[in-house]
Amino acid sequence: MSTGQVEDLLRQLAPQVLGPLVRKYGGFDTCEDAVQEALLAAALQWPTEGVPANPKGWLITVASRRRTELWRNESARRRRETADAALAPAEVEPTPDVDDTLNLFLMCCHASLTSVSQVALTLRAVGGLSTAEIARAFLVPEATVAQRISRAKQRIRASGAEFRMPPEAERAARIQAVLEVLYLIFNEGYTASSGSTLHRVELTTEAIRLTRQLREQLPADGEVAGLLALMLLTDARRPARTRPDGALVPLAEQDRRKWDARAIAEGVSLITDTLGSAPIGPYQLQAAIAAVHAEAARADDTDWPQILALYRLLSSLAPGPMVTLNRIVAVAMVDGPRTGLHQLAAAEADPALAGHHRVDAVRAHLLELAGDPEAARACYQLAARRTLNIPEQRYLEARAEQLAPRD
Amino acid sequence: MKYVILIYNNPAAREVWLGLPAAQRAEGLAVYAALREDLAASGELIVSEALADHSLTKRVAVREGMTLVTDGPFAEVKELLAGFFLVECESMQRAIEYAARVPEAGFGLVEVRPIMDLSGFEM
Repeated sequence: MSTGQVEDLLRQLAPQVLGPLVRKYGGFDTCEDAVQEALLAAALQWPTEGVPANPKGWLITVASRRRTELWRNESARRRRETADAALAPAEVEPTPDVDDTLNLFLMCCHASLTSVSQVALTLRAVGGLSTAEIARAFLVPEATVAQRISRAKQRIRASGAEFRMPPEAERAARIQAVLEVLYLIFNEGYTASSGSTLHRVELTTEAIRLTRQLREQLPADGEVAGLLALMLLTDARRPARTRPDGALVPLAEQDRRKWDARAIAEGVSLITDTLGSAPIGPYQLQAAIAAVHAEAARADDTDWPQILALYRLLSSLAPGPMVTLNRIVAVAMVDGPRTGLHQLAAAEADPALAGHHRVDAVRAHLLELAGDPEAARACYQLAARRTLNIPEQRYLEARAEQLAPRD
Repeated sequence: MKYVILIYNNPAAREVWLGLPAAQRAEGLAVYAALREDLAASGELIVSEALADHSLTKRVAVREGMTLVTDGPFAEVKELLAGFFLVECESMQRAIEYAARVPEAGFGLVEVRPIMDLSGFEM
């Protein structure tokens, strides 16, 4: 097996090893450290010495031993005077029929944690990624991620979180938190500029893999399916969304032949099945919108009335500033740019949108469509100054430049 | 989102600081320690540093391929960067809440600025 295949196998096995350990011993934090060390040992040994006949059993044995050592060190430190360090429990037997992956997801996305910590812990404990890989993916120092993970585990311990299914009343909100974390991971990967991806794990791939795992646990949940479909349909556009130099290509100008047809087929089929069978939710609606875009062979073929209807539904179900802006773009495509501009002026009363660079960018686009290049150019320039993204800034500056008066 | 909390110093604030009794200065330092600890505990701290005294500053200028080094900052500058926190927070609002806890904020010497991101959504 190649190093890459071993890495894939280890990431897949990580939650299946951690689950039984936590179930047996308790102490999520120590177990998680032990599993991480077992994964590291396997990553070093297996590519040269071969994968053991029972890889999961091997990892559980190594992690259990390591966990006992860590536990002994800790108890020795804590209770040096007493002799109860010898009370360490025996090694764990693999529990064959219990899959604790969902419990692990819920633990890592615990409400006592900030979202940056939830993201780091989920990628390590459920995703099986190393601290160094997470640090490279998020462009922060490794020490920052290590600290985030260890402090997050301390918080979980302090909060008294239990490793079992939360009561029915809490479950929906807890699963919602997991979906938010997975979508954050996806977007971090999706929006990364192509120039800096060297030696970085592909976060979109990891997010899709983890969402698939979550879906195995919750096959009837429409929002889990909706999020997976949304990720597949969005990620399908990745080969077309940047030029080789990293410059952004807007949806309307993308070479649609570069879109990943297989991912689109899977996403469309998933969202079609789900919309008919589960209560509607915001991820499903966003996936449905992405599916309408995906089904247009050319930008001009886009079914804007349908997109507008979906955005109206989304606005009533899960209103938000970005939903408002996207709805206004759809309005402009259906009823003309002047109607869109009119609604944009009204939308700016929302404090979340006032002074936001995306309002300026949308206004610039609509002014351009309305045939007012001078005003459009000024708005592109304003948006470029206010954005926090370097590729976006380059894109907006280029649009402004294209509208410069020629002599 | 990443933000940098910039902490400045000026002669008036330095005077006040040096004039404080030792116990009050210790309190000020404890505020810093608590802020740093809270940021670390929540996972939002990336790095924080205090800069050495501005008299140790070297100005670097390259002219016609020659590197010229002179002592000290620009003489006309009244407020000098004294330290910073690089944080990763969910919102500007949250970064501002942390910035407000920096003792220098009492002198109007604290700024929060968003960090440019290398990412970008398609439009």
